[in-house]
Order: sequence, then structure tokens, then C-alpha cells
Amino acid sequence: MAERAALEELVKLQGERVRGLKQQKASAELIEEEVAKLLKLKAQLGPDESKQKFVLKTPKGTRDYSPRQMAVREKVFDIIIRCFKRHGAEVIDTPVFELKETLMGKYGEDSKLIYDLKDQGGELLSLRYDLTVPFARYLAMNKLTNIKRYHIAKVYRRDNPAMTRGRYREFYQCVNDRRILDGMFAICGVSDSKFRTICSSVDKLDKVSWEEVKNEMVGEKGLAPEVADRIGDYVQQHGGVSLVEQLLQDPKLSQNKQALEGLGDLKLLFEYLTLFGIDDKISFDLSLARGLDYYTGVIYEAVLLQTPAQAGEEPLGVGSVAAGGRYDGLVGMFDPKGRKVPCVGLSIGVERIFSIVEQRLEALEEKIRTTETQVLVASAQKKLLEERLKLVSELWDAGIKAELLYKKNPKLLNQLQYCEEAGIPLVAIIGEQELKDGVIKLRSVTSREEVDVRREDLVEEIKRRTGQPLCIC
Amino acid sequence: MPLLGLLPRRAWASLLSQLLRPPCASCTGAVRCQSQVAEAVLTSQLKAHQEKPNFIIKTPKGTRDLSPQHMVVREKILDLVISCFKRHGAKGMDTPAFELKETLTEKYGEDSGLMYDLKDQGGELLSLRYDLTVPFARYLAMNKVKKMKRYHVGKVWRRESPTIVQGRYREFCQCDFDIAGQFDPMIPDAECLKIMCEILSGLQLGDFLIKVNDRRIVDGMFAVCGVPESKFRAICSSIDKLDKMAWKDVRHEMVVKKGLAPEVADRIGDYVQCHGGVSLVEQMFQDPRLSQNKQALEGLGDLKLLFEYLTLFGIADKISFDLSLARGLDYYTGVIYEAVLLQTPTQAGEEPLNVGSVAAGGRYDGLVGMFDPKGHKVPCVGLSIGVERIFYIVEQRMKTKGEKVRTTETQVFVATPQKNFLQERLKLIAELWDSGIKAEMLYKNNPKLLTQLHYCESTGIPLVVIIGEQELKEGVIKIRSVASREEVSGGSRNRRDEVFLPFPDSVRNMHLLAEKLSSWLIVVEMNKHSLKMTIAACEY
Repeated sequence: MAERAALEELVKLQGERVRGLKQQKASAELIEEEVAKLLKLKAQLGPDESKQKFVLKTPKGTRDYSPRQMAVREKVFDIIIRCFKRHGAEVIDTPVFELKETLMGKYGEDSKLIYDLKDQGGELLSLRYDLTVPFARYLAMNKLTNIKRYHIAKVYRRDNPAMTRGRYREFYQCVNDRRILDGMFAICGVSDSKFRTICSSVDKLDKVSWEEVKNEMVGEKGLAPEVADRIGDYVQQHGGVSLVEQLLQDPKLSQNKQALEGLGDLKLLFEYLTLFGIDDKISFDLSLARGLDYYTGVIYEAVLLQTPAQAGEEPLGVGSVAAGGRYDGLVGMFDPKGRKVPCVGLSIGVERIFSIVEQRLEALEEKIRTTETQVLVASAQKKLLEERLKLVSELWDAGIKAELLYKKNPKLLNQLQYCEEAGIPLVAIIGEQELKDGVIKLRSVTSREEVDVRREDLVEEIKRRTGQPLCIC
Repeated sequence: MPLLGLLPRRAWASLLSQLLRPPCASCTGAVRCQSQVAEAVLTSQLKAHQEKPNFIIKTPKGTRDLSPQHMVVREKILDLVISCFKRHGAKGMDTPAFELKETLTEKYGEDSGLMYDLKDQGGELLSLRYDLTVPFARYLAMNKVKKMKRYHVGKVWRRESPTIVQGRYREFCQCDFDIAGQFDPMIPDAECLKIMCEILSGLQLGDFLIKVNDRRIVDGMFAVCGVPESKFRAICSSIDKLDKMAWKDVRHEMVVKKGLAPEVADRIGDYVQCHGGVSLVEQMFQDPRLSQNKQALEGLGDLKLLFEYLTLFGIADKISFDLSLARGLDYYTGVIYEAVLLQTPTQAGEEPLNVGSVAAGGRYDGLVGMFDPKGHKVPCVGLSIGVERIFYIVEQRMKTKGEKVRTTETQVFVATPQKNFLQERLKLIAELWDSGIKAEMLYKNNPKLLTQLHYCESTGIPLVVIIGEQELKEGVIKIRSVASREEVSGGSRNRRDEVFLPFPDSVRNMHLLAEKLSSWLIVVEMNKHSLKMTIAACEY
């Protein structure tokens, strides 16, 4: 018993060590080593014979969506999907997992965040990390050369998502171009081998100051200080199309072919954005350096601007709510002959948007209805269950959203209270006398006004009051 | 309504209604059609072993991508299902794709071996969810919820042998509706059956039947027939095959493979071949053997009450008390039901589509208690719609009829016959988008008009807005419905099949026009500058 307890303690400590290493973002090999040690310890422990524990939780980093959250989610998705459809996109879906080899080598440093499935004797599988690589696989597999598609689905990453909070007033989008970044690094003197790692340092400029980023590049990544300073001159710049013009004239940058291509494309982009009437929302930002490896051209990120913090309020973080770019080489990685299909796209960060919307609704104390029920079928006296069942069935058959309490003899007050809590606007009350007279009492929950409606007119009256079309189209 | 320019209103309206016939299943010479995609998939799967060893491009075994054509069908069906759930006051919810392995273990009986596990990467042990019911029970226990009426539409994963031909996959979608809570008996159960009827009727898949039984009747029946308790589950799964196998084959399996005494098998046979309405319930109440069994009597009592409510709901004629119904999953405790299509739509000479049941469910009063530390029970009853099978049937039917669907909802296409008009197209389309109109244009600087019109025809876009030099000078744009080719190439500007609207107002009018065309009701608002308007037929 003591042996087991000691072993359990070792497992716990090793587990903490692994978690600590992951938080510190230690090297992949080190983490793997420590994980292997942990697994060995766990194996020694054998099957858990302790008394049945009730572990009531979702896996770490995941959550259920309550009805309230679903209502918010539905509203947000509705707006997003309507926009995608407005622009003529078709929708597709792909499986939640892909062959492991499909995802390998596509995500650079982020690959360690991929969830793998256990080897159960069949194919080696991994949960999708994004929707872009599956899309490229879909294009290559079906030999498609053009398609405008949207795809809404969950993706899986083994990291700790941070949720931002706060009230927002507007947003802006930053654009840059991968070729401008690479060209800039080249002329500043960054060696080819350091490109990606310097890129990921620069990427942090939206969260930390230039001083800290410079320290990281020089202190941790071995960049020469003069090179870092030259980079600093560039990456702290942002502006409109005039900045593009300016850089086209920059003595150093204009010597770099890649950078010129990128600048040329950005110039044309700004022309079109002006015609679209949105150029005032776009900022050419030289510090934008998105993480993922597969971007080849223009890259962009939408950021919410925070309202000025008020006295006593917590400082509010800004975060990106959408991002994307051009990735011309990805499909070619899947095609056996390496045939390319150029792609450009965007991804909306809906999780962040959900929490923002939810908080805003809470702040406004707006009640979110979690059902769409229009009328409750109630009874005023006992022994009217049969009548309620018949009436509610009629309403359902006419397409009206209706409910009843699952009680044989519910009290009227309880039924009314149920309506108030759920936000149901109408009650259809069956009473003995009314039955004899052939009417139903239709009551408005908010105004408490009641009116007798003939049974045969009830459906029409409810539809009229709830603004529904009279025919089911 | 004011006069419409040069045409008297009545003539115009009648011309329009002649020309704009209600849409049949809108056709589109889709650039990619379903069979091409299926072929590509099959080819790449077949050739897997022949590919260079470095890479095989395919989806995992038993899974598939869903093309736009598939998705359109799917969305229509899911819309219908979800609006039914909402009509009955259900709240939506969602759970993660995977659960802690211990949450799912030992909830599914014999089927446990078919779960997908995640690799142990040093953290928690996880498995992909196998259904939506166990996660629901976990949610209820975790949040200490005593009453809830919820629906959940989501994917689940099972490592079964996939039979692609019949539409059985390893990743598939489920639509669940459940009512949790202690209520007066059988009312929620009856509502579940009502929901199943509404959905199956609404989907217009043909005649269907819902078989109903009760776990206690099944167990009671086994007991009075002499089945040893240890063999209950095994015999149960044999009986379950009666919808696919003949009684004598099932009997053979029970006696020869599962070691059941022949007399016992015969006694079971007397019962399981019975099915009927409430009169059969009455009959079983009087059955000398069955009425001795307390469990069975409870079940029969509940079924009797259920039938009363189903009659009030007007659906009793669709329900059959069927003693051969014995569903697989362990957690059912009371009434169980399963919906089957009576005749799958076939045409002469075609194989009937045998997809099994299209919806099922039952009462499971003990599941939440398995999650509660104190074992507190929350009784539940629910149903699951087998949407994958329904998709399969609908898709097969569409294939047979040669139906194709539009995969976009674009209303207006912005075109120009002239070169160097990209800027104007971009400005106009932005205006359309900003006012909520669904619009597209080609991503080409100088596209040919014919190419643009072909694009409209092939994707089913009903309206084209044509902007050109002359129109720009006059401050108007031309709206034309996508017509047959002859009219397009012959067109002169004063033809009666075009309308000229002033630029500032045109967007608003176009919105109305596009809306109305898409709903096939013609009511047009006028502004003081509008001229003649007739529209050529949209033939889809």
C-alpha cells in the first residue's frame, strides 16, 4: 500500500514537471523525454483499483455550451454565414480527424499542439488543427482548380487558450505581406536560418513592447544588435497606402525583389479596397508576422480596439478576431505532381467573439431567450390534460411553437410563472366554462391582458400576434 | 400601384407571371458534380497501394468529405429537424468532441470496444464521444440540472466496419432530443413520439411506422419464457435481428449458437411475432404467463397510458406495439421505440434501399445516476434521428431523378461587356453587398460578357446587372434576368426585356427585385424615373 502511495506521489510530481515544462515552452525533445518517464511511471502503477471516482468534468481546455451560450453562438454564426453566402460561397465539411501524414509538416513549430489518436491497429490519425490544410487536401483530392468555400467547424489544439474580455468600439485590420517581411529581414541582415524564429519574435509585437521583443531577438535568439535595430526601424511603422508608396522608394527595401513584389501587390490591394469603401479600416503594418508557415503573400489580421479604460476598471486586452492570407503553395504539397492551386482566405475567431457578445449582453442586462416557444398551453382547472394534449397537438401541426407542462393537474400560477421565466409571450388557457362556450382564453404574459378566442380562430390569432405568415410556406 | 412606364400594369404583371414560372428543383450545370467527386475519392482509395510510398491523399477509413451538393441537402434536412425540436420548446446545447475516457467507459455494454481513443500524450486519457446521450447525462450531473428539454445536433464516432454502400460511416451526425426530469408519467414520452412523427412526415420519405415496446416487457417476457438471466442480453441481441432476419434463422442462432433450450425459444417465438395497436396491450394484460410478471405488467400499464396520449396527439395509427423490438444499448429502462420506413422509394427494377431504422429512442432513468456521486437519479426520455440514413435516402432519390441543387444563394451577378470597367464593377458590387444583396462578379480584369453569362447559367444566378459606358453616362444600369442565349446576343438596348433604373435608386429597387424574384412574388416599387420593364424567362 505504501509502495503504491509513493508511486502515486511520483506520478503526480512527474505530471507537474511535464506541465511546468510545457508552460515554459521548453524544447520538444525535453518534453518528450519527461512525458515518456511519466508514462512509464503510470504503467507501473497499473490499473486504478481505487474506489470508483466520479470525475464530472469536460476534458481540460474544452467546455460544454449551455443553452444560453448556444443562443449567442447561433446569432453570431447566422451573421457570419449570411455574409459568406452574400459573397457566393459554397459550404463543405471534412472529417474531424485526418491521416496523421496529411497534417505533418504543415504547421511548423505548432505541430506539437496536434492531438493524435491512439494507434488502435488501423491508420494513424490526428484531429484537425485548422480548416485550411483539410481544404487544401480536399482541393487536391478532387482535382479542383477553383472554388469559393466556407467551412464552420471545430478544430483542436493542445494549448491553453486565453480568453480576452472587454467592451469594444470598433475594429481594424492589419495587412502585411510575407514577401515584404522576408525581404525586410534579408536587407536587415537576418540570416536565412533565423527567418522563422525572428518572425515569431516580431509576431509578439501586438502583445509586448519593442524593447522586450528586441531583447528576445538579441538575448535569446542570437541576433546581432545592429540587425535588430534595423528591423526595429521598419516594424514600428504602420499606415495607409502612402506607407506603401514610401517603402517603394526606400533605398534598401527597393533593392529586394521579393519585397517589391509584395509592395506592388499591396498597392493594387489598396486601390481595390478604396473602391470597396473600406480603406479607412485597413492599416499596412510591418510588424504583422503571422505564425503559420504556409502563407506566401498578403497576410491580414483584424483587431478590436478597446474603449478607454474607466476609473476602477480592469485594463482590457485587445486581441485578434479574424485573420488570414494568401497561401499559394499548400495544395501543391498534396498533389502527386505538385500542381499548385493558389488560395487566399480568412478565418473568423468566433470563440473570442462569443465571449465578447455574451459579456456585452450581460452588461446590458439583456435577457437571452434559450427557446423560441410562442405559446404555452395551460389549464385553469383539474382534469383538463386531455384537452391540453389535443390543443397543443393542433398548434404543433399548424407550425406554432408551443409547450405544455408535463403535469396532469398543474396550478395556473405555476404555468404562468413558467412562461415568465422562459420568456414565452402567450398563454392559451383552457377552462371548463370556456370549453362549453367553444373558446380559449388567450393571454399576453407581459401585459396580462386576456381575450376569448374561438377555438377555430385560435391558430390564426396566434400567428397574427407572433408575426408569422398565415400559410406554412 | 402606379403605371409601370410604357406597359400597362396588368399586361406587365401577366407577362411577368407567364415568364417567371415557379422554380422546379433548380438545375445548375454545376462545375463539379457529385459523381465526379465520389469517383475521385474511390480512385484515390483504390490506388492507395499503388501510390508512391511517401504520400496517400485520402480521408480516413469510414469518413468522407461533404461536397457543396451534399451540404445543401444536409442543411435542408437538419433545418427541418431542428425547427421541429424548437417547435417543442427544446434548448440547444453542445459538448466537446471528446470526453474523459472514464466518462464513456462501461456505458455502452457490448459496443464499448468500438470507441476511438486519443493517444496518451501525458495528459488526461480521452475518447471521442460515441453518442450524444452519455455526454448529456454527464452534463446534467455536472451542472446539477434536474429538468431540461434539450436538443443536440453533432457528430459522433464509432470504429465499426463501415459499409459505405449502405451509408454507414465511422463519423456521422446525430440529432438528439431529450427530456430530463421527474414528471407525470408518459406525457414526455408521448411528445417524443409526436416529434418523431412530425419529422418523418415533414421529410416526406413515404409511409413510416414506429415500433414501440418496453424494456420491462422484454425482460418479463424472457423471464416467463424461461430464459436464464445470464443469457438475457445475448438473447436480446438475437431478437433485435428480427427486422433483418427471419424468425427461424433467429431461432437457430438462439438455440444453436447461444445455447437456448428449444422450448424456451419457441415460447419466445409465440410472443415476438406479435404486433398491433392498443388492443394487443390489452391482450397481453390478459396473457396467463405475462400477467404473472410484475415487471411486464408495469411496462404494459405504461404502454396503455402512452397509447391514450398518442391517440389525443392524433398519431396512434402510426404506432405499433411490437414485441420483437429489443434495442441494443444497455441503458434503456422503460419504453423503447424505433421508426422504420414502410417502403423506401424505389423505381421499377431498382433495389429497395434497406437502411434499417431512421429514428429511435426510449426511456433511460438510471444513466444520470451513474454520474452523480450520490447516485441521484434524473429520469430521462429521448430520441435520436438517424440523419445519415435519411441523407442517404434523399441523395439516392435525387440521383435517380437526376435532380441537382444550387449550391450558392447568389441573387445578382455584376457584369460588364466592356474592357477597363473593373473599377465600376467593384464599386457597384460593394454597394450591393452593403445593402445585403447576395452578389458575385468574376475575378478578372476584362472578362467577356458571354463568359460572365455562362457563369450565371451554370451556377443558377437569376439576375445580371450590366454596366457599360453608355449606361454610365446616362447614370443608369441595366438589369436583366438571365435569359436564353439567343436573346442575349441579339440584344439592343431598347428591347423590352431590359430595364433601366437610375443609379442611386437602382440598388434599392434591385434589392426588392432580387428578393421578389427569389420568392416568386412580383410586387415592384416604382420611382419616378423608372422606365419599361419586362423580364425574359429564367429557365432552370
